[in-house]
Amino acid sequence: MLSPVVFSILLISVAAFFTFHAKKIRRNILIGKDIDLTANKGERTKTMLKVAFGQSKMVVRPIPGIMHFFIYAAFVITQIELLEIVIDGVSGGHRRIWHAIDGTALSGLYTFTINFIEILSVLAFIATITFLSRRNIIRLARFQKPEMKGWPTKDANLILCAEIFLITCIMMMNSADLELQARGETMRTASFIISSNFQNIFSGMDSSTVHLFERIGWWGHIMGIFGFLVYLPISKHLHILLAFPNTYYSNLKLKGEFSTLEAVTDVVAPNFDPAYKPKTDPNNPVRFGAKDVHDLSWKNLLDAYTCTECGRCTSACPQNITGKKLSPRKIMMDTRDRLTEVGKNMDANGGKFVDDGRSLLGDFITTEEIWACNTCNACVQECPVNIDPLEIILEMRRFLVMEQSQSPAELNNMFSNIENNGAPWQFSQADRANWTKEQ
Amino acid sequence: MSDKIIKVKTMAEMTAAGETPEILFWVGCSGSFDDRAKKITKAIVRILDHVGIKFAILGSEEGCSGDPAKRAGNEFLYQMQAMQNITTLNMYNVKKIVTGCPHCFNTIKNEYPSLGGNYEIVHHTQLVQELINTGKLKVQGGEFKGKKIVFHDPCYLGRANNVYEAPRDIIQKLDVELAEMKRSRANGLCCGAGGAQMFKEAEKGTKEVSTERAEEALSNDPDIIAVGCPFCNTMMTDGVKHFNKENKTKVLDVAELIAKANDL
Repeated sequence: MLSPVVFSILLISVAAFFTFHAKKIRRNILIGKDIDLTANKGERTKTMLKVAFGQSKMVVRPIPGIMHFFIYAAFVITQIELLEIVIDGVSGGHRRIWHAIDGTALSGLYTFTINFIEILSVLAFIATITFLSRRNIIRLARFQKPEMKGWPTKDANLILCAEIFLITCIMMMNSADLELQARGETMRTASFIISSNFQNIFSGMDSSTVHLFERIGWWGHIMGIFGFLVYLPISKHLHILLAFPNTYYSNLKLKGEFSTLEAVTDVVAPNFDPAYKPKTDPNNPVRFGAKDVHDLSWKNLLDAYTCTECGRCTSACPQNITGKKLSPRKIMMDTRDRLTEVGKNMDANGGKFVDDGRSLLGDFITTEEIWACNTCNACVQECPVNIDPLEIILEMRRFLVMEQSQSPAELNNMFSNIENNGAPWQFSQADRANWTKEQ
Repeated sequence: MSDKIIKVKTMAEMTAAGETPEILFWVGCSGSFDDRAKKITKAIVRILDHVGIKFAILGSEEGCSGDPAKRAGNEFLYQMQAMQNITTLNMYNVKKIVTGCPHCFNTIKNEYPSLGGNYEIVHHTQLVQELINTGKLKVQGGEFKGKKIVFHDPCYLGRANNVYEAPRDIIQKLDVELAEMKRSRANGLCCGAGGAQMFKEAEKGTKEVSTERAEEALSNDPDIIAVGCPFCNTMMTDGVKHFNKENKTKVLDVAELIAKANDL
């Protein structure tokens, strides 16, 4: 038999290809600065289960939330049928799992599972069509923003079309098989709830044609899956895997708490406490804030790979709503694009990054975007997979102010007012209690 | 609101007299210098005075919390301010603080601890809620009875610190109709001031954020837009003016509502 050999070679090649790229993505993420997010395992697990597994933030917007849940559930449950496809593929058999359990108490579970998959597949099909029309016919504003031009829009449509292809294939496989079963050509299973409705499409065909359709469905589905795995590393679709670690490593603090820079404390604190012991290594000076991906934390970079460009952040951003250039989604997309570029640079230079004269801030993200932010946390609140675009924005502001002294003139005035008289305006600190004497 | 001037003591004065206040009132820069925000400050003082809480202010020993510097990326300036304030607060052995500014509230509550400043700090709406719940403050609707009020969530009180109910709770005690904007609580839209935007011109766009937010608030046709932040107050007032609705809709802090309704 040729097909088990072909199948096995394909399976191993795809697995190897995916592993190779997954390792590269991991390496790219670890370019980021180290931060310790190991504490609070219980709370982290709970957050992951709630937000990623339970999709708690997706359903805040009910229509896309429920539609997305259909696709997600179908995707997860279909893995069971995929398992049988892989077993059949490697062994050259047909419905091996059913074979093994036919006649036992488990056979009912098999039928239930396939029926469940079929129902979810129909719901996922409806959801996919809905999503395609939201992007291409209704043209929802958040899918039409400038950063979505070109590849990101194609990427999204391609994935949705691939889902339709996968669902069509599995339905074709099951309904053709039911017809073959009825003719005694293949081993009988119970009837399947959805595909049985399409069985009569094949009733006028001769058995070899029906068999061909069954094979097209089977190979089409598994090739679709293989293709998806090859495509995944270059697409925006990594969230199906990375949503889990990304929510696990969520910020567990209150959103209002911004990080304290210890390197700054080491400079400032001795003015107030002569006995202060520095916490950072003075021989290893750090850059304040972030100019490029190397200056961000690995969590920021994991965020970038996790982003699936849904744009909920951007649609909630007060600055974007009012027509400013700032788009939190673009911040994440730019971070990922730059990180990919840096990764390619490393690949081309034997694993070492060679300065290419480019940086995230400047070549990807402009200062105009950075200075527009209200730090209101609406983007952070919105993200269904707990991505934090605000942290990247803040780090870039820190770089601009503390490394480059490049803040807008009005902010420089505000800084000098605070420095000189302890208030952002030009009022004397001595007059702070004057209001107590006024009516 | 009555016109009487309430004697407000500073920490220095209290300490010199051998007294210790129950709570420190952190006034903030806006509450100290901005003419509109000073009215909120005085409303808070009237409430504190009315319930007989012994409180003090830092007066000229108070400095900017550092919030705008930090959000603008100037961590050096922020830490200088923070450590100066922490030194002062620790010198007076301050334990409990109330403030009318969500930005000071957030910074002192969440960011001072890592620099050695550990205090119990509440936003004035939280304090008022507690005073009402413990029976120390009795409120009635007064002039606001039956009025339609919409509350705008300050980002640094709401999303940043998950305080959504305290201000609403108080407003409802006034026997009013509390309306909600579509974007409220965790989905509240910023007024446009945060992140140091208060101190600079906006980037090029199609609209001011304050206009967008005021438009949403005004779509409820409220008598009052209630706020809990002096910066939101400025922005929402600007927004209401933009639509020439200042005669119909007033922008008032929750503290002002309480003080006015109860003739404090």
